[in-house]
Order: sequence, then structure tokens, then C-alpha cells
Amino acid sequence: MRVQLFATCLVDTFYPETGEAVLRLLRHFGVEVAYPREQTCCGKPANSGGHAKQARKAAEHFISVFRGPDPVVIPSGSCASMVKNHYPGMFHDNIRLFEASKELASRTFELSQFLVNVLKAHERGFVGNGKITYHASCQLTRELAVRQEPLTLINSIEGVEFCPMPSADRCCGFGGVFMGKLPEISMALADEKLDTILESGADTVTGCDHGCLMNISDAVKRRGADIKVKHLAVVLAEGLR
Amino acid sequence: MNPEIPQAVCFRSNSVGALQNVSLRSAMRHITSTFGKKRLDAIGDNPFEQWRDKASEIKMEVLNNLQDYVSMFSRNATAAGAVVHHAKDAHMACDIVACLLRDHGAQKVVKSKSMISEEIHLNAFLERRNVQVTETDLGEYIIQIAGETPSHIIVPAIHKSRQQVGQLFCEKLGCEYTDNPASLTRTAKTLLRKEFLTAQAAISGANFAIAESGSICLFTNEGNGRMVTTLPPLHIVITSIDKMLPKLADLPVFMRLLPRSATGQILTSYFSLITGTRKESEFTGSQHLHIVLLDNGRSEIARGEFKEMLKCIRCGACMNVCPVYGIIGGHAYDSTYPGPMGVILSSLLNGLSQAHPLLDASTLCGACAEVCPVKIPLAKIISRLRELKVDRGLASESEMIGMLSFGIATKYPKLFEFGQSVANRAWPLARLIDKQTIDRLPRPVSRSFKRRLA
Repeated sequence: MRVQLFATCLVDTFYPETGEAVLRLLRHFGVEVAYPREQTCCGKPANSGGHAKQARKAAEHFISVFRGPDPVVIPSGSCASMVKNHYPGMFHDNIRLFEASKELASRTFELSQFLVNVLKAHERGFVGNGKITYHASCQLTRELAVRQEPLTLINSIEGVEFCPMPSADRCCGFGGVFMGKLPEISMALADEKLDTILESGADTVTGCDHGCLMNISDAVKRRGADIKVKHLAVVLAEGLR
Repeated sequence: MNPEIPQAVCFRSNSVGALQNVSLRSAMRHITSTFGKKRLDAIGDNPFEQWRDKASEIKMEVLNNLQDYVSMFSRNATAAGAVVHHAKDAHMACDIVACLLRDHGAQKVVKSKSMISEEIHLNAFLERRNVQVTETDLGEYIIQIAGETPSHIIVPAIHKSRQQVGQLFCEKLGCEYTDNPASLTRTAKTLLRKEFLTAQAAISGANFAIAESGSICLFTNEGNGRMVTTLPPLHIVITSIDKMLPKLADLPVFMRLLPRSATGQILTSYFSLITGTRKESEFTGSQHLHIVLLDNGRSEIARGEFKEMLKCIRCGACMNVCPVYGIIGGHAYDSTYPGPMGVILSSLLNGLSQAHPLLDASTLCGACAEVCPVKIPLAKIISRLRELKVDRGLASESEMIGMLSFGIATKYPKLFEFGQSVANRAWPLARLIDKQTIDRLPRPVSRSFKRRLA
């Protein structure tokens, strides 16, 4: 099986180790991974900020880069939802792009979705140790309805204790442009999120979106809390059997 | 400053103030978590999704034929003995109420909770005309004596702790300090009883207006609604045209949805259905019933792309789950309606030039739309309104330049890569410009993932 990886601009710019973890994971399960070098950003920041024209530029570029028929795998709920749920609505004035975006949406997967539903990665399982809690990011949970897959993966890690946090699907306060526009509220929400993370008793918090994890990391740093923040791809790649 | 252009809401500075208010933070945390849990318990195993679909469908039917239902309501309410007034804007609605009170020689008025009266600033208007208005909903009574505005559409004094209410009653009502809720309620009840018995007129809102019968419905919890609508000889209902339901048979689904979504109750303590004035054989009810139907821009909204917003039944569920509302409370919005529904309604009713900063008050997490009992796609509407804000030139210049550069860079991978390497090298410089944001981000790596793959 062959897939195309969209690493996301956050991974590309800030977290290359997550990109490498995704590669290791997919290859481990026998998948041939292509990385189209022309990829940039899905356009989510412009889309959530109301800059439709700029978001459309990004979407047009994305569609031209990730041509079929291979599936597209994205290690982020909000970027995957951008492609799957927001792209088609941008092209009501252009039948060719509308059709192309629908076709693209149908073969686009968020990473945990792909690992569980296509590769059945949880059946082979992983190994690890310690206590892990999980933050359910907003677009992943509510726009893509991916609620179970990350938990299925975490529960398949032998040696790891899963410690649920209260209100796991409450927003961490990242919100893309929100973080920059209302930093005080954003930080206060991240602080509340950290409270619930610590309440879980875990030593590591994981999730499927680097936007949230970045915001949570900042709260951890500001408080000097003793908790590790890791993308689920990293947790799983570390635990490959 | 040009008086034609209303000043934009200072949302960010308001929110900073709210975040520093420790007692507000703890009150909000307690209440939002309690409501969330009670709501889920009240929904239980009920076919909530079916109810939502049904309610949404009924509301859309009304909005697709709004003027017809308004006419039908007016005809049937008039036939039942009420007088119906149509107010195109806030000033006209206030004027109608003031004239009615004057004509009936009423200077003492008791009021049950009405958000429409808040929207049109009715109390201030009447007080300027020497009418004494007493709010009789306990929460409204508390904020009235505190000289404040509601911070939640269902629980207006949600921002106040019982200690603060005790202090307030002690100062303003001259009673002994206590923070015991039962004692405080008893104090208010005793004082309010006198008002009920001596008031010459009553003002209430309406949760729904039934077109086929000309009835209005009230969902209340304290019994004050009953007192208000039955004791004084004159009863003025102030409501808006979007409250219509076609027929009585449409009511049950809303009776199931509204209390569960609002307060997590299966049903409110009191439910009143009022059709016309007191009949000869009846012992209760007002002798004169006037219904003021406010438009205030709603007919126009019903014709536009944000029609769905008028499905709103004012339950407040969206604010109870909103992370932003939950951390700053309602006053920071500086608008009649706070939270997700308030961000949208303020934009639509007051115009974007005044309300646009409120559009930032959402992380677009989507929790609001998930609980909305009439399935309004709240986050999607906020997102769409942000696009209009940008189109109308209301976004800041730096944001426009930033986004334009971003848009161009997404089309040219080499330029995008160049931007990344500049970001890495210019990080200390960027930090000088916007330390607050930059310090919250990790430094971009010198070798991006793409380069590592080369």
C-alpha cells in the first residue's frame, strides 16, 4: 500500500521528530510513504481567521499537489478536517475544483483514523511504560468524529496505563489565530487544561494535534509542571514492537 | 468621533479585567460545570437527536413564512382580547410600552424576566419617565439593585457568589448580613410580595408565541411569572417576531428541549400559556393585555444567509459549554447577549462595525453547535461572519498583510521554505516585536522536516 504524507506546517517548522515518527510508524506497518515536496500549509489559519481568499489559495495548491489515487495521511485532526470538511465548501463556483476537493476529501485520513481503521495497527499493538492521558482536540472530535481511534491505539500499548482526564474534549484555548488575538484567554484556558491533565495522574499527555500540544507545552513550561507532552505518533513510534 | 459609527466593543481589555476577577472565575467554574452535568443527566436516554431535528424543522417553517405567522398570531391574539403592537425597532417598542403605561396611569410596574426588554434597554427608558420598575426574577432583582446588567441570558446573576449577594442585600436593602441562600431568597420574597400587590402594571417576556391561538408561553421557576401575569390589571408582553410557533401541537418538543438545555431540568417549575384577557367566568388573568412584537432587524435577518440564527430559543446551553464564556463570564462581551449565540446576534442586530471584536471570542471548538437544541451551526456562522468582517475591511492592517503573505507563500513551496528559514533566524527579532506570542511558541527548527528528508 502507498500513501502520501502531508506532514503539516507545524510539524515541518517546529516538530520534525513527529514527522519522522509518522514515517517510522507507517513503514513499520508495510506502507510505502511518499512525501510530496511541493506541500506547504492546508490553509487552516486563514480559514479560521476569516481570510477566505488566502485559504482558497492554499486549498488550490494542496489539491494540485495531492493528486490521486493514493490516500493522504495527516497527523493532525484540524488539518485533516480542513481538507475533508472545509475544502469542498470553498469551491461552489468552480465545478472542477469542487469535484476534485470531494475526491480528495474521500481519500484523506487523520493519522489515528488511518492506523486503526485501515491498518488495524492496534491489533498488532505497541509496548511502552508509564501513565498516559489524552487530550481530545476539537476538530478531531467534533468535525471528524474521531473519538475512539486514539483511545484504541493508547489502550493497545502494553505496559502503559491510560489515565483519562476530566473533560478531555474541552478546548485547550489554542484556536489558531485565537491564540494570538486573545492571548490572555488562550493562556487561561491552557492553564485550566493543564489542571485537568495533572488531575489525571499521568506522566505524559498525548494528542493528535500539534497546535493544542504546543499550547499545552507552553502552559507546562510557564508552570514548571512535571509532565511530558508528546504527539500520539511519537508515543506509538517509540513503542513499535 | 463620528456618532454615526458606533464604537467597537473593547473585548480584549474587558476579558483581561474579567480574568483577573478571582471570585468571578470561581463562580463561573462552578456554574458551567454544574449546568453541563445536569444537562447530560436530563437528556439521559431520551431521543434527543430526534427532538432537535423536529424543533429545528418547526423553527425553519416559521422563518420561511415569518410574516404569515406574525399576521396569524396578531389576528388570533386580537380575537382573544389582546391588543397587538408591531415595533420595528427598540425605540418604537420602548415608546409603545411607555405610552401604554401613561394611558393606564401606571407608575409602578413589576416585571418578570425578559431578554427583549434588555435588548431595547426598556428599564432605563421607563425610569427616565419616572416609572418605577421592579424586576421580580430573583437573579434579575439582584442585578437590578446592584445596578448591573445580566451576565447570562438564563441566570442573570451567575457572576455573583452568595457572599456577594449577602453583602449587596446588606448594603442596599438594609438587612442583616447572611450568605444563606434561603434567608436571602426570603428577604427578596417579602419585599417583592408588596410590589406584586401594589403594582399597577406588569411587563413580561414570552418564550414562545403560538400563531394558531394567539397565545404566549412562559417557562419560569420562581412563580414570579404567575404573579406578574395575573395580579396587575394591565399586562404588557414584550417579545420578538422570531418567537412564533405555528400551532399548540408544536409546543411539546420545545417543552422537552428548553428546560433540559437551559438548566438541566426535565420541566421548569411553572409553565404558563396565556390566551387573551380574563374571561367573565375566570378569576385570574389581566384585564388588559397588550403584546408588543419587536422586529429590530429580524425580518431582514430572516431574509438573509444567517436566517438560521433566528431559530434560537434562548436556552443558554451554548454559553454553558463555551470555554471562552466559561472563563470570562458575560459582562466582557458588553452586549445584551453573550457567549456564542451572543457573538452572532450582536453582529447581526448591532452591525459588524460595532460588534466585530466579539467574533474573535471563539476558538471555533464547536462545543456550542454540539449542544444547540435547534441545531444552529453556531461555530460555522461565527466563521462566516469573520469572512464578512475581513471583506468589509474591519480586520487590522497587520493581520491583512500577514494573511496575504501567508496566502501567497502557500502557493510557492520555495517561498514557504524561505519563510521557515527566515523564521528560525529572525526569531530573536520577532521576539522583540511580539514577545507575548513568540514566547509561547517553540523556536522554528533550523532544518525543517522537509529538509531532513532531502
